[in-house]
Amino acid sequence: MAIGIIIGVILGVIVLFIILLYNSLIRLKNQVKNSWAQIDVQLKRRNDLIPNLVETVKGYMKHEKSVLENVTKARAAMMNAEGVEDTAQASNMLSGTLKSLFAVSENYPDLKANQNFMQLQEEITGTENKIAYARQHYNDIVMIFNTKIQTFPNNVFAKQLNFQKKKVLKQLKKRKRM
Amino acid sequence: MRISFDETRNNKLRSWFLMFFFIILIGFLGAAIGITMNSLFFGLFLAVFVGIIYSMIGFFSGGNMILSMSGAKAVSKQEYPHLWHAIEGLSLAAGIPKPKAYVINDSALNAFATGRDPKHAAITVTTGLLEKLNREELEGVLAHEMSHIRNYDIRFMMLTAVLVGIVTLLCDFLLRSFLWGGARRRSNDSGNQVGIIMIVLGLVLAILTPIIGQIIKLAISRKREYMADSSAVTLTRYPLGLANALDKIRADPDPLVDKANKATAHLFISTPFRKKKGLMTRLFATHPPIEERIKRLKEM
Repeated sequence: MAIGIIIGVILGVIVLFIILLYNSLIRLKNQVKNSWAQIDVQLKRRNDLIPNLVETVKGYMKHEKSVLENVTKARAAMMNAEGVEDTAQASNMLSGTLKSLFAVSENYPDLKANQNFMQLQEEITGTENKIAYARQHYNDIVMIFNTKIQTFPNNVFAKQLNFQKKKVLKQLKKRKRM
Repeated sequence: MRISFDETRNNKLRSWFLMFFFIILIGFLGAAIGITMNSLFFGLFLAVFVGIIYSMIGFFSGGNMILSMSGAKAVSKQEYPHLWHAIEGLSLAAGIPKPKAYVINDSALNAFATGRDPKHAAITVTTGLLEKLNREELEGVLAHEMSHIRNYDIRFMMLTAVLVGIVTLLCDFLLRSFLWGGARRRSNDSGNQVGIIMIVLGLVLAILTPIIGQIIKLAISRKREYMADSSAVTLTRYPLGLANALDKIRADPDPLVDKANKATAHLFISTPFRKKKGLMTRLFATHPPIEERIKRLKEM
């Protein structure tokens, strides 16, 4: 009788532990999903801004046509990218091409004085920063999730419940500081 | 990251402890008021009534009251695009909804955050800050304010301010009722020792409580500033941004924010009054010395 009660209590505690673990992992998994969605919003925003930028710059830049073409190409690649890994990769490419576009624009005083260009530059730089911040938050959440499923005793059950380690996004070298 | 999650939980817990402590204190004050009026029940009722009304008003509109009291104006993305982008970016990093942006038209360098939770929060900066800081310094300051919001410091500080306000109000009332009730009691109550002890105790309570309340509030405020500095760095990953900003704030020859007063001083990133030295100013300071904060940031 007494042994039965003890076994019952132990089983109860284990079941309760698994339920709590499962729920907290689901919560974290949704947070990861949500923080990816936050990155995606900013990526889309940037994609929407680029045609305007290209249109504005086209009239001024006579010599470095290739810089503009690279931006357009990278944007197209970005639109076709699927999944977290590919999208992040394509996004880095696009950031790079935009950076060289803004660097080249330094040589065109008329362009730099253009009100429309100035607004777009602020808008795109702001969005680039937001992407970086959103990635940082994504990585923070992924790290918490990974730590949770890898530490004992959670790791014993996490595998059975089919939770797998997620990859962190590689950070860009440095956020643009102005 | 981990640290700040624990910090949020601690702050919520601390808020409950604070509430509990103050409810008991308010009950005592109410009883003391009741005794001076020969009706314990009336005093308790009065204290509870005042407490509930005052806390409801403070909790739900405290944020807006503080904003309008300090002359802050809500701004749009078009007016201050880089402020807007910086706030939006940092709220993404902190994983909280974007707080509203407010600006005070003042040449002093200062900023504060307010609200009752991250969903109802606002960050205010002075125009002086926007003019004199570069982007990374501004981000450092905004990250500090963002940490106050994410860690629920804004709720905790507002709650403290409201509760200290209630206690001060009740103590004031108690002192007044001693003055009025004194003569009446002397005529019909001859030589009641218990009564005299109660009166003395009540008086001491009435005089000391507001002072103790202030000191508690300020000590908490100073500790929160260090916490917010360090979690600001987990957001920007760049301690020098905030350190340089604090350096500029320290060097500012005119730190006075025109519309700041004692009630709102503890909210600002750096004290909005002129600097003084001495034990009393340290005990009643709302902020730790800025040199110490810069030193800690540079060591990170």
